[in-house]
Amino acid sequence: MQNSKISKARKAYISIMKALMWLSVAVTCSLVAFLIIYVFVKGIPNISWGLLSEKPSYLSGKIGILPDILNTVYIVIATLLIVLPIGVGAAIYLTEYAQNKKLVNIIEYAAETLSGIPSIIYGLVGMLFFCQFLNMKTSLLAGALTLVIMNLPTIMRTTQESLKTVPQSYREGAFGLGAGKWRVIHTVVLPGCVDGIITGCILSVGRILGESAALLFTAGFAHALNGIIDGLSSSGCTLTVALYVYAKEQGEFGIAFAIAAILMILTLIINLSAMLVEKYFRKRRNV
Amino acid sequence: MSNIITVKDMCLWYGEHQALKDINIDIPSKSITAFIGPSGCGKSTFLKSLNRMNDLIPSVKITGDVKYNGKNIFGSSVDVNELRREIGMVFQKPNPFPMSIYDNVAYGPRTHGVKSKAKLDDIVEQSLKDAAIWEEVKDRLKKNALGLSGGQQQRLCIARALAVKPAVLLMDEPTSALDPISTSKIEELTIKLKENYTIIMVTHNMQQAVRISDQTAFFLLGELVEYGNTETLFSTPKDKRTEDYITGRFG
Amino acid sequence: MKNKKAFENMIHGIFLMLGLIAVGCVLLITVYLVIAGIPAIREIGLFKFLFGKTWESTSANPSYGILPFILTSIYGTAGAIIIGVPIGFLTAVYLSKIAPQKIKAAVGTAVSLLAGIPSVVYGLVGMLVLVPGIREIFHLADGASLLAAIIVLAIMILPSIIKVSVTALDAVPKEYEDASLALGATPVETYFKVSVPAAKSGIAAAVVLGIGRAIGEAMAVMMVSGNVANMPGLFQSVRFLTTAVASEMSYSSGLQRQALFSIALVLFLFIMLINATLNFFLKGKKGD
Repeated sequence: MQNSKISKARKAYISIMKALMWLSVAVTCSLVAFLIIYVFVKGIPNISWGLLSEKPSYLSGKIGILPDILNTVYIVIATLLIVLPIGVGAAIYLTEYAQNKKLVNIIEYAAETLSGIPSIIYGLVGMLFFCQFLNMKTSLLAGALTLVIMNLPTIMRTTQESLKTVPQSYREGAFGLGAGKWRVIHTVVLPGCVDGIITGCILSVGRILGESAALLFTAGFAHALNGIIDGLSSSGCTLTVALYVYAKEQGEFGIAFAIAAILMILTLIINLSAMLVEKYFRKRRNV
Repeated sequence: MSNIITVKDMCLWYGEHQALKDINIDIPSKSITAFIGPSGCGKSTFLKSLNRMNDLIPSVKITGDVKYNGKNIFGSSVDVNELRREIGMVFQKPNPFPMSIYDNVAYGPRTHGVKSKAKLDDIVEQSLKDAAIWEEVKDRLKKNALGLSGGQQQRLCIARALAVKPAVLLMDEPTSALDPISTSKIEELTIKLKENYTIIMVTHNMQQAVRISDQTAFFLLGELVEYGNTETLFSTPKDKRTEDYITGRFG
Repeated sequence: MKNKKAFENMIHGIFLMLGLIAVGCVLLITVYLVIAGIPAIREIGLFKFLFGKTWESTSANPSYGILPFILTSIYGTAGAIIIGVPIGFLTAVYLSKIAPQKIKAAVGTAVSLLAGIPSVVYGLVGMLVLVPGIREIFHLADGASLLAAIIVLAIMILPSIIKVSVTALDAVPKEYEDASLALGATPVETYFKVSVPAAKSGIAAAVVLGIGRAIGEAMAVMMVSGNVANMPGLFQSVRFLTTAVASEMSYSSGLQRQALFSIALVLFLFIMLINATLNFFLKGKKGD
C-alpha cells in the first residue's frame, strides 16, 4: 500500500515535469513561428521596388530605403575589414606565440569582458572617443570602428577555437623541416582555421546587421545616397536604426515592418549559411 | 667512421623534473643507431633534443654539450631552422599536411627558397623515389595526401624529410602506428637510406633494433645505461639492467 | 640569417600588439567612462545621485536622482529572469535529454534564429502587439509599461539561457545517468535529480548571462516601456538605465549630459559585477 502511494506521487511528479517541459518547448517554438509569420505578413506587402531602389524625399513625400541598405553594406564591409586582421591576429598570438600564461589570461579576460558590455555603452564610448576625441564626427566610419571593438571577441573566439583543432603534428612536421614560425603559421596553421574565421565573419555580420544602440550616437541618422568612400566619412543610417526611427519617431509602421521583414530574411540567410559552412567543413575534416 | 653527433654531459629538465641525466654518446655517420628502452625513459625526448624540437616546449631547460659536425647546436650563432633542415625528422604518427602529395614534398624546399618549378619537380620525384613510394603515387601527385594509407603516408613523410637534403634523419618510432607489411617496407627503406644518411631511430620493438641497427643505445629512467654495437649489446650486455630489459624481465 | 631572426621577431611583435588591442579597448572604455562619469556624480553628490527619487533633467530647477532607473533595471531584469529562466531551462532539459536528434536540431535552429533577430524587431513587434494587448487586457490608458518590457526581455534572453544550459546538460557524463536509472529511477526523475544538479554551475552561468543580456538591452526596451522616469510599477511607464542614456543623449548638454555619462558608469559597474559572477561560475565548472 505504502509503495503504491509513493509511486502515485512519483507518477504525478513525472507527468507534471513532462507537461511543463512540453509547454516550455511549445512556448519557445510558437514564439519563433509567431515572430517570423507576423513580421512577414505585416512587412512583405510593404516591400516594393520603389522602396528598395530610391532615397527618401521630403518634396515628394516618398520613402525609400536604398541609402540605408547601402549604409548597412558599407558598415559591414568596413567593420569586417578592420576587425578580421585584429581578431585573427590576436587569436594567433594567443594560440601560437604567447608563452606567458598570465598575459594570455589577461587578454582572454579582456575579450570576455568586451563581449559582456552592452551596446549602449559601446555607443557612448564610441561617440566620446571616435567622434569627439579623434574628431571623426558622426560618421559610418566611427560607427564601424565602434562595431570593430564589439565584434573583436567573436572573431577572436571562433578563430581560437578552430586554431585549437589544427593538429599539433602539422606544426611539428613543418618545424621539423626547418620552417620558421611565420612560415609554419601562414602555410600550415592558417589554412586549417579558415572555417573558424568564416564562422566568425558570419556571426559578426549578423551582429552588425542587428546592432542599433551602438550606432545611434556614432553613425547617425542621415539618409543621403553616397558611394562607399563618401558614405564612410559622413553620417548614415543603417537598416536597424532606420527601423527604429521610422517606428518610434515617425510612426511609419508599414516602412518599419518592411525593414523588419528584410532584416528577418537576412537573419534567416545568415543562420542558414552558418549551418552550411559548419556542415561543409565538418565533411571536409572527415575526409 | 667519423662521428657526426657528439653529446657530452647533457641534462634536460621539464620544469622541475629532470628527464635526462648526463647523457654521453657519439653517433657515427652513415649508420643506423637505435634507441631502445621502456616508455618514459627519455629516448624520445633525447631524440627531439638533437634537432631542437624541444624548443617548442617552453618549460624545457637543457645543459651540457650537443655537437653536430663539431658545432654546438645550442650556440647563439646557430640558426635553428637551418639545423632542422640538416637534421630532419620523421614522427611517430604519419603527419602529412592537408595538402596535395606534391605540395607536401615541395613544402621543405619551398621553405628554404627553391622557387623554380622544374627544380621542384625534380626534387619531388627524386625524394618520392628515394622513399620508395614514387610508383604508388606518381599518377596522383595533385591528390590530397590525407587520402593515402597509413604506411604510404609515413613513406610520404620520409620523402618530405628527404626533400630538404638532410644529413641526419631522426625517426621517432616511425612504424609503431603501422601494420606489419608497411613496417617491413619502412625497414627495408631505412637500410637503403643508410648509404647516404645518418639515421637515428627510437623504437619500441627490439626485433626491429636487431634487424636494422648498427649500434643500439639503451635508456632507462633518463639515463643512457649502455651503448654499443647492436650485436654485442644484445648478445653480451655489460649491464645487468640491459640484460633484464632485453630478456624481457621488465618494460 | 640575422635578417630572418629580425623578421620573425617583428612578426611576433605585430601579433603581440594585435593581441593587446582587446586589453587596450577594455582600458579605453573603463577610463573614458570613469573620466566622463565622475564629474556629475561629484557635483550632484553620490548619495543624491544614486538614491534620489526624481529625475527632472530639463526642468528649471533640475534634479538628478537615478533610483527610478536603477530599480526599473533591477525589477525589469528580475521579471525577465522569473519568466524566461523556467521556460528556457525546461526547454533545455527537453532538448538535451529527451528530444530525438531531428527535433533537437530543428528547435536548436529556431533558437539560434531567435538569438539572431535584431532587438529593434523585438521592439517593433512589442510596440504593436504587446503594448496594445496589455492596454486592452488591463484597461490601462497606455500599455507601454514595465510589464511589456519584462515580456520582451524574457523572450530576448531565452536563446542564451537555452543554449548555455543545453551545453552544460550535454556535458553531464552518461555514467551518472546510467547509475540513477540502474537504481530504478525513471528517466524524467534522473534528468531532474541527477543531470540538472550535475550541470548546476553551467545552468547558473546561463542565468547570469541572461541577467547581463537583460540589464544591457536598450532599444527593444525603449520602444515598449514608455520611457518616463517614474518609480517602477508593473503597469507604469518606466525608464531603464540603458534607455535613460539613450533617450536624452541626442539633445543633452552641460550637467545633464554629464549625468548621462554617470548613468552609463553605474550600468558599467553593474555589468562588471555580473561578468565577475559569470566568470566565477564558469571557472568553478572548469575546476571540478
